[in-house]
Amino acid sequence: MPSSMRQALSGLGIVLTLAAGGGCSSPERPEAQGGELVMRRLTEAQYRQAILDVFADDLEIAGRFEPDNRREGLLSVGSAWVTVTPSGFEQYEAMGRSIAGQVVSEANRSRFVPCVPGDVSLPDSNCAEAMLRSVGPRLLRRPLEDADIRPRLAAAAAATQRTGDFYAGLELIVTSLLVAPDFLFRLEAAVSDPMDSDRLTLDDLTMASRLSYLLWNAGPDRELLDAAIRGDLTSEETLARQVDRMIDSPRLEQGVRAFFDDVFRFDAFSVLSKDPIRYPKFSNALVQDAREQTLQVVVDHLVDDRGDYRDLFTTPHSVMTRTLGAVYAVPVSAEKGWQDYEFSAADARVGLLSHASFNLLNAHPGRSSATLRGVFMREALLCQTVPPAPADVDFGLFNQDDNPAYRTARERLAVHASDATCRNCHRLTDPIGLGLEVFDGIGGYRTTENGAPIDTSGELDGDAFVDHRALGRVFRNSPLVGPCLVENLYRYAVGREPVYSERRLLRHLEESFTESGFRLDALLRNIALSEGFRTATRSEKAALDEGRQAARAEKEGAA
Amino acid sequence: MSSTSNLNRRQLLRAALRGSLGGAAVSVGLPYLEIFLTGNGDAVAATGAPLPRRFGTWFWGCGMNPKRWNPTEEGRGFELPPELAPIAGVRDQVSVLSGFNVVLDGETNLVHRTGVIGTLCGGAPPSKTENQGPTLDILISDAIGDATRFRSLEMAATGVPSDTYSRRSEDAKNPSETTPLALYLRVFGPGFMDPNALGAEGAPAFVPDPKTVLRKSVLSLVAEDRKRIESLLGARDRARLDEYFTSLRQLEHQLELQLSAPPPLEACERPPEPDALAVSRDVAHVKANHAAMAEVLALALACDQTRVFNMVFSEGASQLHMPGSSDTHHTLTHEEARDEGLGYQVEATKFVQHSMEAWAEFVQTLASVPEGEGTLLDHCAVLAHSETSDANSHSVTGLPMMVAGRAGGRLAPGTHVFGAGDPTTRLGLTLQQAMGLPVAKWGLTANETDRPISELLA
Repeated sequence: MPSSMRQALSGLGIVLTLAAGGGCSSPERPEAQGGELVMRRLTEAQYRQAILDVFADDLEIAGRFEPDNRREGLLSVGSAWVTVTPSGFEQYEAMGRSIAGQVVSEANRSRFVPCVPGDVSLPDSNCAEAMLRSVGPRLLRRPLEDADIRPRLAAAAAATQRTGDFYAGLELIVTSLLVAPDFLFRLEAAVSDPMDSDRLTLDDLTMASRLSYLLWNAGPDRELLDAAIRGDLTSEETLARQVDRMIDSPRLEQGVRAFFDDVFRFDAFSVLSKDPIRYPKFSNALVQDAREQTLQVVVDHLVDDRGDYRDLFTTPHSVMTRTLGAVYAVPVSAEKGWQDYEFSAADARVGLLSHASFNLLNAHPGRSSATLRGVFMREALLCQTVPPAPADVDFGLFNQDDNPAYRTARERLAVHASDATCRNCHRLTDPIGLGLEVFDGIGGYRTTENGAPIDTSGELDGDAFVDHRALGRVFRNSPLVGPCLVENLYRYAVGREPVYSERRLLRHLEESFTESGFRLDALLRNIALSEGFRTATRSEKAALDEGRQAARAEKEGAA
Repeated sequence: MSSTSNLNRRQLLRAALRGSLGGAAVSVGLPYLEIFLTGNGDAVAATGAPLPRRFGTWFWGCGMNPKRWNPTEEGRGFELPPELAPIAGVRDQVSVLSGFNVVLDGETNLVHRTGVIGTLCGGAPPSKTENQGPTLDILISDAIGDATRFRSLEMAATGVPSDTYSRRSEDAKNPSETTPLALYLRVFGPGFMDPNALGAEGAPAFVPDPKTVLRKSVLSLVAEDRKRIESLLGARDRARLDEYFTSLRQLEHQLELQLSAPPPLEACERPPEPDALAVSRDVAHVKANHAAMAEVLALALACDQTRVFNMVFSEGASQLHMPGSSDTHHTLTHEEARDEGLGYQVEATKFVQHSMEAWAEFVQTLASVPEGEGTLLDHCAVLAHSETSDANSHSVTGLPMMVAGRAGGRLAPGTHVFGAGDPTTRLGLTLQQAMGLPVAKWGLTANETDRPISELLA
């Protein structure tokens, strides 16, 4: 879609929202106060993006990133909890050195170093400072302070004196930025309300990072940093201008991908393995293409077409590669790369739930799993909690996989519905998971299992569906689907669970999401402008801690 | 420096054994361990420096069949039950423990988690995020890890970096190396200094890599910024930052070690660079991956690059599977019917067999490296354990545990100890004490104990 049209549509969206806002039915944006500030560790994607944004896309980033940790269903919430382990730091240091070495290498320095030293064997503080000022603010996502500059220049000069190489000093400067805690972690800061010291407003630079990671999954660009330095991100009007600019940017796609990659738990693809005898079509290419297919459909629908989020579950639109075509059993003419593919009424598939991605991930190495699929739908897409299996279940009741008496998963899982202990949780998962049983452990279509026809009828919270295609429609119409996206996106944006004072805000966001026609760009905008996103509460622990420190200082002073 | 000695280290040892070294109080005929124990029980290398003691864990998922795994007689010379048959070749190096429990003490049994965390952290965790650390290996590496280049090395034969049970907390899990090549490059790649290269005749004098000094100054720069950053954070994040700086200091320490010549280590040898192997949860691949990583690890230990290690052969709720099967080890333990004649799940039990074979191979690999007058294994204590006994019911009573090695003369392996329902923390306490930690009691609430397992001690 051309960007002018995109802007026109976006404008229309705003007009509609405003028009609705003028009516008495629409709620005013409620007051809210965000929870504690969070300190998030950069994800692998964010680290890579920073290197790409600040340097270039042809630098090699070789190393193992510390595994992220999912909390409350999201890596972005987990990122506010994880630390850096000794082996993780070792890797950050090795990657940092390797990147810095490439940046100042003879081949690359003319691209990345904004100056040439007077004598390459001697320290040149002016040139070193120019380099530091050229890359430092974007890596650290803030203007440099004196404390960032002087020690680095001194260390670089010492390194040059030791080695007789100006660029060894520059390499040291760049490495020091890449291992710095304020690069690897996103630090947040806020100023307290003069009237209420527990009420904090995020400062402009923190707003810049929150916005750019929410919308682009990247650090702020120069324009956003400049806006922050001008103080434009604390006043609603100038903030809205930046938010609109960022939503209209082509980089929005990157942010939307990152969000859905997290919600869909696609990080699990990196360690997915399947039995090659049962699934000879399983390959690394399939894994990559399946992940990309779903994200591409999401982006096409939500970003390019600005469509209704719920329609993702019924959209006939898809994209294919040859590798996917082999699993989907559809003809793909393009030898390489992607081509559009529209599912027809004759196809078994419709909407995201029929994608290979979900069915690959939510399955065992050697077979499908209606239960895992049901858990995924409940937890990730409907934001419900499925309790873990109790430890003392009598699995003797379970009907084994290779018992010829039970040919389909539905027959084998029947015990879940008949036993009281199992039923409480499995009634949530199995009836919807069984709706996807025509998709095998890698998402291939089948109509029978062990010679018996597969029945994909079922019900979702009282709404019956006759088969897997109808499941998509019932799912789309679930009243939980929209609010769950709101909840996920909000938690993703702030990196934590909503606090009590944000409950009204969440309801408001749900209502305005509905009014917007379930449009993601409208939701992103509303979250970015909401008070919950822009404010914070002083942590009780921090307050206690400060109290303790003050007491200690007093004691020491007295002593 | 002792490395300048012209005496070949082995000659020195032999001379000592013959009693021909002036002043050496030796009596021929005693097992070497007793000869070479210093006052605090450490075996002594030829250089006069004590040989290091190492601690490791070896985890396998989904337990065993208690009736087929637990020995029936206590003490030495017990008959190996069918599921322990694979360890026959190393049985003198391994003690077997049965009948020890993670005491739930009112907490829910979090399936496939409570058993492993309970054993490693000293009690049943109240939730998935609380009391998840520090694990036993962290307690021990905090005490002894500073002596070596790496505080600890983690490995997962499953190929999954997050398959690790080494953690300071739920949010500070030490990720696993997942291929022999990655492990090799980390330990023996750039930064490795062969401790024996310098002692060789005609070898050039030691010159530290000038880059090491520059790397150290990068870390100093960052460390100097600590106060400023701390002042920006709340208490929780300050604790996380503290972990970051602990990790930074560990690397500083690593670099510090690289600025001086390492003392010679007779057993140290750089292994050949391993080939790339297929990584998947196919049990044959996992075993091959595991065996090749064990080879690299053994030499990493012999070269004193680390003294603490953690190997995950398969994760809790093991996803290992057989080629062509629709099931995994985990799903089999729940869904396979017990064979009525045999009384156990035949297919699931094959994975127990594979796990015990891999464990025996691991022990054998450590035992095959000569060190001092014994083997590397003699200077290790390796805890093998699983998250459950009977996986079908997720039982955390009668957890299977084994300890391999002599911990430098402190342990006397080869026995079977029945715990009669005592908490698994008794073993954790025993191992901490064997590793020289001044700990008198260990464990949370009902799992707390002050009774080491004396039957395991030398």
